[in-house]
Amino acid sequence: MTHGVAKVAQRQELTRERLAFFLREMLVIRRFEEKVEERFRAGDLAGFLHVAIGQEAVAVGVCQALEADDVIASTHRAHAHTIAKGTHPNAVMAEMYGKLEGCSHGYGGSMHLYDVERGNMGSNAVVGGGLPGIVGAALAFKMRQQPRVAVAFFGDGATNIGLFHESLNLAQLWKVPAVFVCENNGYAESTPARQQLPIEDLSQRAVAYGMRSLVVDGQDVEAVHQAAHLALDHARSGQGPVFLLANTFRLTGHYVGDPQVYRPKDEVKQLRQTQDPIDKLREKIGFAQDEWEELEREVHELVEGTVEFSKNGTDPKPEDALKNVYA
Amino acid sequence: MRELTYREAVRDALSLAMRRDPDVFLMGEDIAEMGGSMGVTHGMLDEFGPERVRNTPISEMAIVGAGVGAAIQGMRPVVEIMYQDFSTLAAEQLVLQAAKHRYMSGGQMTIPLTVRTQGGAGWSPGAQHAQQLEAWFCHIPGLKVVFPSTPGDAHGLLWSSIYEDNPVVFFEHRTLYPMKGPVPDEVEALPLGKARVHREGTDCTVVATGRLVHVALAVADELAAEGVSLEVVDPRTLLPLDEETIVASVAKTHRCVVAHEAVTRHGFGAEVAAIVQEQAFDELDAPIGRVGARFCPLPFAPVMEQFVVPHEAEVMAAVRKTLERSV
Repeated sequence: MTHGVAKVAQRQELTRERLAFFLREMLVIRRFEEKVEERFRAGDLAGFLHVAIGQEAVAVGVCQALEADDVIASTHRAHAHTIAKGTHPNAVMAEMYGKLEGCSHGYGGSMHLYDVERGNMGSNAVVGGGLPGIVGAALAFKMRQQPRVAVAFFGDGATNIGLFHESLNLAQLWKVPAVFVCENNGYAESTPARQQLPIEDLSQRAVAYGMRSLVVDGQDVEAVHQAAHLALDHARSGQGPVFLLANTFRLTGHYVGDPQVYRPKDEVKQLRQTQDPIDKLREKIGFAQDEWEELEREVHELVEGTVEFSKNGTDPKPEDALKNVYA
Repeated sequence: MRELTYREAVRDALSLAMRRDPDVFLMGEDIAEMGGSMGVTHGMLDEFGPERVRNTPISEMAIVGAGVGAAIQGMRPVVEIMYQDFSTLAAEQLVLQAAKHRYMSGGQMTIPLTVRTQGGAGWSPGAQHAQQLEAWFCHIPGLKVVFPSTPGDAHGLLWSSIYEDNPVVFFEHRTLYPMKGPVPDEVEALPLGKARVHREGTDCTVVATGRLVHVALAVADELAAEGVSLEVVDPRTLLPLDEETIVASVAKTHRCVVAHEAVTRHGFGAEVAAIVQEQAFDELDAPIGRVGARFCPLPFAPVMEQFVVPHEAEVMAAVRKTLERSV
């Protein structure tokens, strides 16, 4: 379904090699986040952790469509976006461990992952908090006549905050090169869509501002990638922002340790069998068992390496807390 | 030296920065054709055009947030919040975003954003258009807070705020806009965090901000006729605060009164009093006096509004009380 963006007919075919790379990216994120859950439960990690298990195809599909100097802003569920945007998993895990080698040097934590050099303007623990910053970044690109796009990730829950509406209104009014990627996983933290959204088709939110929108199956990385390309091209060519609605599933709780009392007991189990984006892609490209095992081995080694890297990292001095308050 | 009004001085500093630097631009409600609700940006649309003098929707959150995003990309946006009461709407973007991105990222970015706003009682708009909220923002590490009381200071401090690599909340006082004063022909950048001693004296220090600087100077004139010598210090920048100048003044006069238009309770004056007693307790010959608004919202009826905010009588009474106390 589209609201005025160029038809999907212009799709570019992705090679099996490229799709296999997407599979690897998604698997790295999956195994990384499972490791994060494991280390949190083991007591290694402090803080508040939110994993994106089940939503990897949105992060990878969108980020793989970006140009190197496009920028993103992420959410409290930030590991996937950050890794997909090019930050080494070592730097992300080291941040979880509060080390100076972390991508935010120990100042951020799981909900505040930054990598400005790679165009990650940071993840936000305020639902929707990063949206106007993306409008402003896109405005800067427009004023400087740079062919860059700014991309905001956020969830369905964020479409209920005032800032979402102010930001989309402003972005469309000024036709800035921004893409708003709504990861619609059906839950605002623990609250299901039926208790927080009076409409079913969230792309209507964009229609209200005269903004182009695309709706895509967020479990199909190729479809996400294709839609992201269309959205980015539209924005980059000066035609204004796009609302990209990716319908996805959170195959886990809101946070690590969430007992999920608000969900039917077998919902996650069932979704894991039918809506796992990694299984879907693996099947689609016909990954042989030995190919898969080889990939699993490689990713396992990488992820184990992140823990090793982080445990050997440098603890900040307590008084380092006073640095970086001001430039 | 030219004679400019406070309003013209603000406009002139903005214009000089915009002539010199394409990265400087304005966003705000009614700032273009109308020239701002206080007329500060009058005529700037004609010179700089609608791309750089951006009329915005009534969206305080989004325009401050867009300023944050543009600033992170290296622009130097100046956002006008029409009344400082409405800074409460933008508070999330100021307090959780502008003030914290640099810190949360471990120092990966600078945020050269200036948010100008104004307020002040004396014209009976009621409870939502004239209060003084500068102390709120002084409580936020990562922000700088500037509050000039003269045209010259407004000029030099606004210039420095625009070229400051940290977010600055720049408070203007409504009743000062028509006030005339000397302004340098060329820009003379005034450092943030440096107080101005408006009048030297020996018997009591009055630390005053905004409109109350002029009230204190009037009181000083009156008391001079009685042979009492007041020293009037205007911090000009509330955060960071020039503690040294204030403490040195009290060490000379041995008495201190703090005066501002915002409510006294939990006010900026309380912080000044705490600093003075910590750093100059042995110098004090009397308890520190505090002058500010009474603890109620601003009422409409002019007779009530005049009662609530401080004037010469209140400053005079506080100074006399301090002077009468002997060790």
